[in-house]
Amino acid sequence: MDPRRPPRTVPDPKVRHVGFFAPGADAPPPPDRSNSAPPDPLSSSPPAAAHLTPPGTSISPVMIPPPRHSAAPLSPRRRDSFIVGSYSGKRFLDVGSPTASTASATDDWALPTSADSAWVGDTVGAGASSLPPVGSAAMIAKGLASSVPATAGLTAVSNVHRSAGVSGKPSGAASKVQGDKPKQSKPLKEKTTKAERRALQEAQRAAKAAAKGVGGKASVHMSEVVLASDVESVEVPKAHFQRNDIAAVNEKKVIDRQLEKDRKKDVPQPRMQYDDKSRVEKAKKRAVLKQTEARNRVELFRHLPQYERGTLLPDLQSRFFQLDPVHPAISKVGFQYLSGDISGSNARCIAMLQAIREAIIDYSVPPGKALVRDLTSKIGSYVSFLIECRPLSISMGNAIRYLKNRIAKLPLTLSESEAKATVVADIDRFIHDKIILADKMIVKHAVTKIRDGDVLLTYGSSSVVEMILLHAHELGKQFRVVVVDSRPKLEGQLLLRKLVGKGLSCTYTHINAISYIMHEVSRVFLGASSVLSNGTVYSRVGTACVAMVAHTFHVPVMVCCETYKFHERVQLDSICSNELGDPDVICKVRGRDEINFLDGWTNGNNLQLLNLIYDATPSDYVSMIITDYGMVPPTSVPVIVREYRKEQLWI
Amino acid sequence: MKEQTTRAMWWRSPSFILDNRQQQPNDTARRDALSIPLSSPLPPSTTMADPNPNPNPNPNPLTDKISAYYQTRAAHHGVVSSDWLAQAQAAVGHLPEGDDDASNNDQGAPSGKPFSVIDEFNNWRKQPDLAEAVAAIRALAAVIRNSQATTMMELEIELKKASDSLKSWDTTSISLTAGCDLFMRYVTRTSALEYEDFNSAKTRLIERAEKFGEISYKARKIIAMLSQDFIFDGCTILVHGFSRVVLEVLKTAAQSKKLFRVFCTEGRPDRTGLRLSNELAKLDVPVKLLIDSAVAYSMDEVDMVFVGADGVVESGGIINMMGTYQIALVAHSMNKPVYVAAESYKFARLYPLDQKDMGPALRPIEFGVPIPSKVEVETSARDYTPPQYLTLLFTDLGVLTPSVVSDELIQLYL
Repeated sequence: MDPRRPPRTVPDPKVRHVGFFAPGADAPPPPDRSNSAPPDPLSSSPPAAAHLTPPGTSISPVMIPPPRHSAAPLSPRRRDSFIVGSYSGKRFLDVGSPTASTASATDDWALPTSADSAWVGDTVGAGASSLPPVGSAAMIAKGLASSVPATAGLTAVSNVHRSAGVSGKPSGAASKVQGDKPKQSKPLKEKTTKAERRALQEAQRAAKAAAKGVGGKASVHMSEVVLASDVESVEVPKAHFQRNDIAAVNEKKVIDRQLEKDRKKDVPQPRMQYDDKSRVEKAKKRAVLKQTEARNRVELFRHLPQYERGTLLPDLQSRFFQLDPVHPAISKVGFQYLSGDISGSNARCIAMLQAIREAIIDYSVPPGKALVRDLTSKIGSYVSFLIECRPLSISMGNAIRYLKNRIAKLPLTLSESEAKATVVADIDRFIHDKIILADKMIVKHAVTKIRDGDVLLTYGSSSVVEMILLHAHELGKQFRVVVVDSRPKLEGQLLLRKLVGKGLSCTYTHINAISYIMHEVSRVFLGASSVLSNGTVYSRVGTACVAMVAHTFHVPVMVCCETYKFHERVQLDSICSNELGDPDVICKVRGRDEINFLDGWTNGNNLQLLNLIYDATPSDYVSMIITDYGMVPPTSVPVIVREYRKEQLWI
Repeated sequence: MKEQTTRAMWWRSPSFILDNRQQQPNDTARRDALSIPLSSPLPPSTTMADPNPNPNPNPNPLTDKISAYYQTRAAHHGVVSSDWLAQAQAAVGHLPEGDDDASNNDQGAPSGKPFSVIDEFNNWRKQPDLAEAVAAIRALAAVIRNSQATTMMELEIELKKASDSLKSWDTTSISLTAGCDLFMRYVTRTSALEYEDFNSAKTRLIERAEKFGEISYKARKIIAMLSQDFIFDGCTILVHGFSRVVLEVLKTAAQSKKLFRVFCTEGRPDRTGLRLSNELAKLDVPVKLLIDSAVAYSMDEVDMVFVGADGVVESGGIINMMGTYQIALVAHSMNKPVYVAAESYKFARLYPLDQKDMGPALRPIEFGVPIPSKVEVETSARDYTPPQYLTLLFTDLGVLTPSVVSDELIQLYL
């Protein structure tokens, strides 16, 4: 190789600009924490303060209690006070040590010393009132200490004192800055006004955050807010030139927050983690069904529900007529899920929608309640019942989301019967458009990929793949099918039966022989329970194995999946989110008593049985995803998800 | 079952093809792709020195298996003979007036000969610098202009018919089909259809059609501009065959005083690489000519591979002249970037899974010596390069990674 060749890195290639680029390279550099972050009032200001402050006034009543500052460095509360103190800290430095002000030369809002009175309120608010008592500042500080409200301005300041004293919250004090600000602002120079407004806004925000923090729950929110204000404080030097800037920012913030709320509402709740004891307890209290937990749970999958199935069904059947809160159609479907009579995500989704449809037809609004809210909660309760029977598939989750969306958007002017009719029509349309028509489109697309002489391999039993094969056969294409199956469900036999009944020539084999049979295969068709937005295919356990073997043999793998099953989540493995089946079925072989070696062993502590239902196939092994929108590469799933959501909003 | 299994395994081996050939009399209808006529390859048709006045090489692609697309290409950029050039010049020179006349005639006197989209297309096609798809787009724009339709629906149906006839004129050309489809999408998918007044809607359609034609025409320049950032001084570029876009890219680079050298493959069977090396030599770009099989040999000297495309498919891969796939494979294994320059009207709604999963485009191959009749000749003219072997696509929509192609297509066709 030529050693003189310049490196192949392209100088400023256009492609870099396509994706994520910062608008304007001259934006302020990221803040250097050690430099631009203002010094902690306690850690860095004392040297300056020490020689300026007379010992008598060194401890002010509004001073932040020291323990707060020496708290764990990352605790939100500490950062909170850190922010509040940040401005005062800077100002303090600016006054006390001129050299320090040059260090933060970007701060053109550094206060001139003549404006003493101006920054008293500020510094008090910040709780760093170990100030040199000069001029009016001293007066106020004194008035404060004696808590004698002489003037209106001082009242405000003493308020600071009280609130700070009572709640012990530094930021509580900050909120009062607002009170004395109008008084103080008159003698201020323009620049300081802005700076102060800014400080004020920060303080308010911090105060709010702190108030939330009292509950002790909202620490996440708090740190979020603090973080936001932190970022903003970095932006100050750039932004504070505009006059109405702050107001604009404020307004925008409000809108942002609103959006944030909406977004939060939109994001589905994370799945329940079953290793979280307290939540599991709560869920149990609410549960309609009593399920017995598996004895020896697999450690890696503790976060997933692991129940024994065998005991559940008879118990349920006996209580069939006592389940009053659930509509009979729903409970029927629930039992069918539980017993495994309905499986396959399309079938389950259709069954669920039809049950809900029936329930809606029989539904009447209780007096004094609004249809939209009551119906939504009703459906919520149905869904949680269904979840207890069997965790929802992603397709069902999407369908429910659609339905709830539709109900929420019902116009209030509709009468009850009209509203019900609308919702029922919506359900019918969903089933027809998103499932039945979508399947037809998929079949239409997929058939073009079947040539005469092909050997097609499929795994398990997918309703779409079955339709594709039958349709291709009807079209007179000459091909052969390999049905690969696996224990314990042996769903492939059902598919095989249908195919053989229609006269297709088939081969049936178990997944153990996949690497042998793959030699002769020319196409692999797979169904999917869901396609996630990184292209990962979430499907019946074993699919990943088939796809990988096919990939190794350079056989194209085509995944057939309706768009309504697409999900914006990203999943990298099959551990985080999965479903565990009945562990007993994998240790027993039906009809073969002589292989029951494990009888009686399942109670031992050193045996854990793991029956996974799904697995995740990485997108590398998938050549093509056939959807109702056509054939797309797995990299385009996010586009489909995006467009699909848009469309759903239009409906 | 056993018998079928073995057959399927044979399907991948040469012996199966022999078997299949023996079976052929029995089931002739099937396996069209495999049954390549056993007669000696077709004579190297009338392409270069003898351009037909109105070359419509395959009205019926099933009878003679030569891709019209490649005949046109050969006519446009085969090794140029002087009289061909003269012809082409004449065509370019007189065409604009001729076209104007034609359209004037059509507009002014409807009694003249009926407007035919194919004629129009062929007129445009004679310009050697105009891509087939752009010619089709211009022709379709002319259809709107000359339409006698009085309602929007009528116009749309007329347009559909015209585009269908264009597409069926040459089923092997991907860019023609894609260009027609995109035109239909771009032009008819507008709020113009909601206009009350038909005439204003029609003018709006014509506007859009012309704009689209203009965009397509300028595409090459845009691509050349975009790709300049990637050509650095002292680099060595490998190109395959002749592509007008790639030539434009290299020309622009040479004009902006970049120092680089180019390796041209020969581009058998129509030797289009020779033409490219001619053009580059005229620009004073150092060129080295390689035979097609010397690609791997010289790849370690190469900094980047530049290829054009007949079509860009939905997976982000490309369909291009035979040999592109193996160049991309070699480049990929040596970690050299493979850049594709392709106009966006070549984006097609196709998704080939493997090499054989496309409509075949065949062309004759000359070996210089008679080939015994028992010997079969692979006459396929193009191959499919999967997206994982491509680095970037330079299109008039911007510089894209292969996966973005499908995003663009989804947004266009959804």
